[in-house]
Amino acid sequence: MSYTLKLRIWRGDKEGGEVKDFPVEVSEGEVVLDAIHRVQATQAGDLAVRWNCKAGKCGSCSAEVNGRPRLMCMCRLSDFEEDETITVTPMRAFPVIRDLVTDVLFNYEKAKELPSAQLGPRDADGKRRMAQIDVERGQEFRKCIECFLCQDVCHVVRDHEDNKEAFAGPRFFLRYAELDMHPLDTHDRRELAQGAAGLGMCNITKCCTEVCPEGIKITDNAIIPMKERVVDRKYDPLVWLGNKIGLRNKDDAGRTEV
Amino acid sequence: MTSTETSGPAEGRHPMTGNALSGDARGGMERHSYDVVVVGAGGAGLRAAIAAHDAGARTAIVCKSLLGKAHTVMAEGGIAAAMGNRWPEDNWEVHFRDTMRGGKMLNNWRMAQLHAQEAPERVQELEDWGALFDRTDDGLISQRDFGGHKYARLAHVGDRTGLEMIRTLQQRAVALGIDVFMECTVTDVFKDPSAGAGPGVVAGAFAYWRESGRFIVFDAPSVILATGGIGKSFKVTSNSWEYTGDGHALAMRAGASLINMEFVQFHPTGMVWPPSVKGLLVTESVRGDGGILKNSEGERFMFDYIPEFFKAETADTVEEADAWYDDKKNNRRPPELLPRDEVARAINSEIKAGRGTPHGGIYLDIASRRTPEFIRKRLPSMYHQFKELADVDITAEAMEIGPTCHYVMGGVEVDADTQESAVTGLYAVGECSGGMHGSNRLGGNSLGDLLVFGKRAGEHASSYAASLGGTRPQVDEAHVKAAQKSALAPFEVEGGENPYTIQSDLQQSMNDLVGIIRTRTELEESLAEIEAFKVRASTMVVEGHRQYNPGWHLALDLRNMLIVSECIAKAALAREESRGGHTRDDFPGPDAEWGTKNLVVNLNAEGTGVDLHEKALPEMPDELKGYFA
Repeated sequence: MSYTLKLRIWRGDKEGGEVKDFPVEVSEGEVVLDAIHRVQATQAGDLAVRWNCKAGKCGSCSAEVNGRPRLMCMCRLSDFEEDETITVTPMRAFPVIRDLVTDVLFNYEKAKELPSAQLGPRDADGKRRMAQIDVERGQEFRKCIECFLCQDVCHVVRDHEDNKEAFAGPRFFLRYAELDMHPLDTHDRRELAQGAAGLGMCNITKCCTEVCPEGIKITDNAIIPMKERVVDRKYDPLVWLGNKIGLRNKDDAGRTEV
Repeated sequence: MTSTETSGPAEGRHPMTGNALSGDARGGMERHSYDVVVVGAGGAGLRAAIAAHDAGARTAIVCKSLLGKAHTVMAEGGIAAAMGNRWPEDNWEVHFRDTMRGGKMLNNWRMAQLHAQEAPERVQELEDWGALFDRTDDGLISQRDFGGHKYARLAHVGDRTGLEMIRTLQQRAVALGIDVFMECTVTDVFKDPSAGAGPGVVAGAFAYWRESGRFIVFDAPSVILATGGIGKSFKVTSNSWEYTGDGHALAMRAGASLINMEFVQFHPTGMVWPPSVKGLLVTESVRGDGGILKNSEGERFMFDYIPEFFKAETADTVEEADAWYDDKKNNRRPPELLPRDEVARAINSEIKAGRGTPHGGIYLDIASRRTPEFIRKRLPSMYHQFKELADVDITAEAMEIGPTCHYVMGGVEVDADTQESAVTGLYAVGECSGGMHGSNRLGGNSLGDLLVFGKRAGEHASSYAASLGGTRPQVDEAHVKAAQKSALAPFEVEGGENPYTIQSDLQQSMNDLVGIIRTRTELEESLAEIEAFKVRASTMVVEGHRQYNPGWHLALDLRNMLIVSECIAKAALAREESRGGHTRDDFPGPDAEWGTKNLVVNLNAEGTGVDLHEKALPEMPDELKGYFA
């Protein structure tokens, strides 16, 4: 059941590089990462690639397979014809370190800029109570495995390096939305999401949703609701009046702006 | 980089990691000074770092992968903690008893006690930091059934609890501003032989950036090892490339001992097909939520494998087993939820007897037992994993599964309360420490272990560092030179073997000879093979340069894999009985005498192999013995 896969891999570093041919023996049930590992073990011992769980749970082995952002461990060879050439290149939106490994520091820096959960005191018995239906919204977003494919595909930064400073990207809009929908969180981060994180720069083309290996509805369930909340706060005349005369609307009930 | 007194971030470095992108600075060296250096960023390492930081220590986390990718993300089922949210009858005493019995009484009783007592608060703390656990109808943290636990006790988030845990801890560590050295591997722990009363105390650690190959010296009086397990030494494993026994080997080289190394947990349910995912974990929650095991004849065979030790508490009819899920007071547990060692052995026997599936496994069936909606809701990752990787719809058909190397019970011998090893200033926590789980770990007790002892280690490492005041142990420059030379050795060899080949041969050998069922002759053969691998590894060669070179990284990790494999084989040969995760075909039953002692391994005087001796188990106080009467 095995055959020789026409595999091409980008090799190089920040100085430059090129796609090279690595014909490699593969067999039934294998994924692109298996083929890469075989190249590493038999043809190019120093081929740089990130991976960990090999089960779609850690989000390490992100790359572009025939130009599409994918997890290599979840990209099955059976989805391609046996005589088809498969070309693997590093994620384009991040600077290359070596071969398929990119510098994803951008994401870790953006994570630092985001005020994390801040819950009020526990109930009298030392426990907290939340309804399942209320935690489920946030749980969808917390499925995120931080593969950064959504960041890679987002055209706001993919083709405009200079936007990176002002734009946190879909992964972090997801995080803003998660915290905003947390039943017990006490912070209001809408101003931050719009200002520092650049939520307004997203024009909802849904590319991020399309590549998410966890199937998170990033645009529909996180970004659009978050945009609506920001807009409510900014432009709703009643909210504006309420804020003016010291009435609180339910949207930021119990939350303090950070 | 806010951390160092001796060096600041230079031009062209990462602002966060201080990492030099240039690989040409060969021989260059960075130097950083901390109170506590934590090696590893899984649940244990992150929790330890948070505790050390909270206690006022200047703390660094050093990890081989990117932050948030450690193996904790793979933990599926949940965190065992007697919170009593579903069963008010549950309390630490019941959890303690379950843990000790699951480990066949070989556990360090004090660790099992501390774990059972402190796990509930550690879980609540995660919730304070933003974790979103599944809820009960009352809005409390939900708890699910798992093997060996009397009550539904595992706090969970679907079947991705580990991801929730690591993300919560990661976000907490980032919020606290703890320094993280990502993609950085520690290869040596330094000691100052002139400090302290004994054979020296910890002075720091040596590491290299995977990205640039550049070396780092950490000056630090406390080093916490939280490096996880050893699973990559076996061919069929649920572990990733990182699990090469680094902490185990670092501790041994620093003069600490390991205990219980013969006890390796083979998880009963790993995927068996397709070949590329063989060994990948299938969560125990499938059985906790109603799944059953069947052989190729359709028989629910676990009823044939109920051991004497668990007879009184295990259902012996299908009716009673099925009734248990809803009525735990009047029914006993299904045999599918026996501890993992028992289930793995049973599956192994069925396959050996010729009642296996087409791909050499056993059927795990939840499709015929629960609705598709229930399965998708409770086991979303499993549904996804089988659908994507094996074309199997687990809501419609049975899964094919078989045992896979999952966890090592053995690890660094530590003090139960502080997690300090025999070497002053050296701590170990989580999978790389030993004692807590005895001869077999219960599912869910690992995540609890990471949190409970992570916090303890962080606090004690921090207070020890503070107690030193201004007089700190010093790193000897000769030791630094030696560490550097050792790390670069694989580049100096010509014409040797490629490390991938040696690793692959080692994995096959350990799988075949030191696997789930062991015998004297095979273990002896294994030790001879390990000696041969050591010779081959002494002349292995790596191609390319130091910048992000996985071949070089493997060559260095392989040294650890070899020494740890030797520990396992040697201890497995010495223990002439079967208990927990150690099954001897030639000594099929447990032995009362062996039940009173641990096997301890140390690096030998020449540093080339391991020495082994027996040591009496710490004795449980009488008030705790009462639980087992």
